[in-house]
Amino acid sequence: MSNQKHTYVITRREALKLGLLGAAGLTFVERFGGYARGEDANSPPANKRTPAKAVIELWMSGGPSHLDTFDPKPQAGNDYCGPFKNPIATNVDGIKICELLPQLAKQADKYSIIRSMTHGVNAHETATYIMKTGRKPGDNLVFPGMGAVVSLFKGYDHGYKGLIPPYIVLTATEGRFSEEGFLGPRYKPFATGGDPGQKRFVVSGVVAEGISDQRQLSRRELLHSLDSLGKAMLGNPQFEQLDHCEEKAYNLILGDGGKVFDMSNEKDELRDKYGRNKFGQSCLMARRLVEIGVPYITVNYGGWDTHKQNFEIMRRKLPELDKGMATLLQDLSDRGLLDSTIVEWAGEFGRTPKILWESPWNGGRGHYGDCFSAVVAGGGFKGGHVVGASDDKGEEVARRPVLAADLIGSIYELLGIDPDGPLPNPKGLALQVMPSANRLKEIM
Amino acid sequence: MNRPLLAALVLMAIINQCGAEPPQIAPPFESDIGIVSASRIDTLVSAGLKNRGIKPALLCSDEVFIRRVYLDVIGTLPSPPEIRKFLEDSNPNKRISLINRLLEREEFVDYWTLKWCDLLRVKSEFPINLWPNAVQAYYHWIHDCIRTNMPYDQFVRELLTSSGSNFRVPQVNFYRAIQGRQPSDIARTVALTFMGTRYESLPQSTRTNMEVFFSQVAYKKTAEWKEEIVYLNPAPVGPREAVFPDGKTVQIRPEDDPRRVFADWLTEPNNQWFARNITNRVWTWLMGRGIINEPDDIRPDNPPVNPELLAFLEKELVRSKYDLKHIYRLILNSGIYQQSSIPRSDNPQAEAMFACYPVRRLDAEVLIDALDQISGTGENYSSNIPEPFTFIPEGRRAIKLEDGSITSQFLEMFGRPARDTGLESERNNQPSDFQRLYLLNSNDIKNKIERSPILRQQAEAAKGNRIELIKNIYLTILSRYPTQAESDTADKYFQKEGMTRKAAIEDLAWALINTKEFLYRH
Repeated sequence: MSNQKHTYVITRREALKLGLLGAAGLTFVERFGGYARGEDANSPPANKRTPAKAVIELWMSGGPSHLDTFDPKPQAGNDYCGPFKNPIATNVDGIKICELLPQLAKQADKYSIIRSMTHGVNAHETATYIMKTGRKPGDNLVFPGMGAVVSLFKGYDHGYKGLIPPYIVLTATEGRFSEEGFLGPRYKPFATGGDPGQKRFVVSGVVAEGISDQRQLSRRELLHSLDSLGKAMLGNPQFEQLDHCEEKAYNLILGDGGKVFDMSNEKDELRDKYGRNKFGQSCLMARRLVEIGVPYITVNYGGWDTHKQNFEIMRRKLPELDKGMATLLQDLSDRGLLDSTIVEWAGEFGRTPKILWESPWNGGRGHYGDCFSAVVAGGGFKGGHVVGASDDKGEEVARRPVLAADLIGSIYELLGIDPDGPLPNPKGLALQVMPSANRLKEIM
Repeated sequence: MNRPLLAALVLMAIINQCGAEPPQIAPPFESDIGIVSASRIDTLVSAGLKNRGIKPALLCSDEVFIRRVYLDVIGTLPSPPEIRKFLEDSNPNKRISLINRLLEREEFVDYWTLKWCDLLRVKSEFPINLWPNAVQAYYHWIHDCIRTNMPYDQFVRELLTSSGSNFRVPQVNFYRAIQGRQPSDIARTVALTFMGTRYESLPQSTRTNMEVFFSQVAYKKTAEWKEEIVYLNPAPVGPREAVFPDGKTVQIRPEDDPRRVFADWLTEPNNQWFARNITNRVWTWLMGRGIINEPDDIRPDNPPVNPELLAFLEKELVRSKYDLKHIYRLILNSGIYQQSSIPRSDNPQAEAMFACYPVRRLDAEVLIDALDQISGTGENYSSNIPEPFTFIPEGRRAIKLEDGSITSQFLEMFGRPARDTGLESERNNQPSDFQRLYLLNSNDIKNKIERSPILRQQAEAAKGNRIELIKNIYLTILSRYPTQAESDTADKYFQKEGMTRKAAIEDLAWALINTKEFLYRH
């Protein structure tokens, strides 16, 4: 952490100075309860547009190379750009991206590229934490990630009524830290498991293979008649809570809620366009979840930790990324959903601009947190822009540094979540949702 | 008069004083005979209940007791032969001998190492970055301490006063498994872990004074990957005066290790935090709720609900030379521990005053192990973060997992603690919708049942005898025989129109797994 260059959070001392700690004695539950009853915590900032409704986070776990995706540097020479010497023009004048992203090149009017992301951290776990929470570690608190915060402000506490949980991860959680942070298990993501690229997308707990509804009902009756301890302890609050969860689970199992995961009514042609692989079909699945009102969906797409043979891996992965993400943007737009849906593409960091040709890396790239790229689209973000710039070699931010907090704060603002509003926490500290100095006003 | 009978009479006497008729026993959960020793704990808790006019629960049945004591002491379900043997045993002291046997089991060491690894935050990655090699070293050191029943004061002294390499002197990882490395970060962790006190609730002056004892702790890397040395920076010139949390002062000489000075103070027999913290925690672990609750929030305005009880346990710990197993034994052998979970009082204070055994959902690790045990299946744990990847041998039980960073959607879903802060409340045993979906309808559970070699063997062994088969399934999953009514219900289910034997067996196992009786300690 010693090489970290920026401050992301209000420290306790600063908060004291600002007189923010008045409520510090209250417990989490008291504060939390206050928000759950929900008066002003969720009032939109002074922004007249209709807030965005949903976020699709395309999370590139491992840290994708910025030079090989959205910030190509052919002029820096072979030691930097390697074999990708011919970036392609996009449908926006002056913006070029990697030659292996031809579909995304046709969608550049829909997204903006941030080429000046920075946090200076080269360790996966800490960088992931920073990119997902906008905070640096420490303070003996683990902050909630974006999905949990959105689930807090746009989920069940604020009128979300869907049977599908408000925060979905396709298909497995990242695992580097607990996404819900101090908000607790109520705000955990629901990880679907399974693979939407398979013939049948088996979502853990929702879609059971080979159990008819009739058998479900008959089993449930048997369970209830054999629940002897439950009957001996009627009124036990813990057991009542379990019964309540069971009722909700059965609504999903026996009701129509799970139908969203059945993609058989999607046209083959569209499914092909997304790409017949886990990432592509997850993107399609994400669109379906947005359609039924789920406010936060993460698509985890790993494998970008290209220490060795970066270019071989890129040739394999970039076409998948290209088809999935480009089709998602086009499809959302075709259905009129892009205006209300934010799409964010990011990983925990970029990769060393200078290529490691020597053994054992054989053309690999290391971790790089000083300067990297992120992409945002939809939900009030303008398309066709580039925010900030890296230097000639992609090694340093040349203009307009953007911190994770700026990016996350901007997303919250567009969702109608006041980034400067209070964030409930177990220590009763007067924390803000996402304090940041430089939100992305130029593309909002 | 023999002691077991006396205990039963003590509890019955309290019930009668509350003006009640001898209650109806609820089979199979309650018992009218208490085979326990009448202990000081019973007297002290009973006095607290009597003062408030609270009726205690009845004693639990043998069936309930064996399942409960296995889960509480070794985090493991009893096997059918163990249950049969215990139920058939007519020795009036059979509960005492069972407790003694369990305290010597290998699973005792595993289960309580797991607990300590939660409190000491043993994990490879974020926000506690011990890294895999150090996790292994630290885990095995803790495991050894519990196996040899190292006196608790010595255990704490080792953790507080060691220096050296994180690989070679595993105890030093105590100082590495902290979010932050400032003296205040260390003092915060010491206060929480060994004084049961949240840093915020200590006065600012106490905190500042406490930090002095950890102000020389320093860290340095070596040439070996991820090795780190914990050492002491040289002391300032000349002796210093320092102040302990209780206000006593001490001279620290330049040649002293100030951590040792602090540890000496902390582990004195009359220290007001030391024995109190750990005995209250052990009580909480076994009884589901602290005498001071929460157990890691000891402060003047959060007094014990039964001060005499806590004082008794503290004295016993000191008297036994910090033998934690002695405290386990005292609690487990009490009539209070062996109460049924069915309350006999609707007084709102009943649970807080220990008038029944509180139901708690099985810990995440215990639950997955139990599911594996009853179905005869196993898990495959691994972790692809951080590098180098960790692969756990196939079939390893979850209570034996060393590293809090091991990836497991199940353990995550069922509230395994993140090991971020060492707070007891990090472990979350509350039910959630996702958990319920998983247990009712996931392919994992379905496969465990359909592919269970145990169910298959039981089906084959029973041949055509349905009642025998139902009995064995009950014994395996719920650790008891079915009542007549339950057996009849299950038998009728087998005979439903269109029901195959295979489907009926699967459905019965599925139903029992989903009962509260299986999912909870009770």
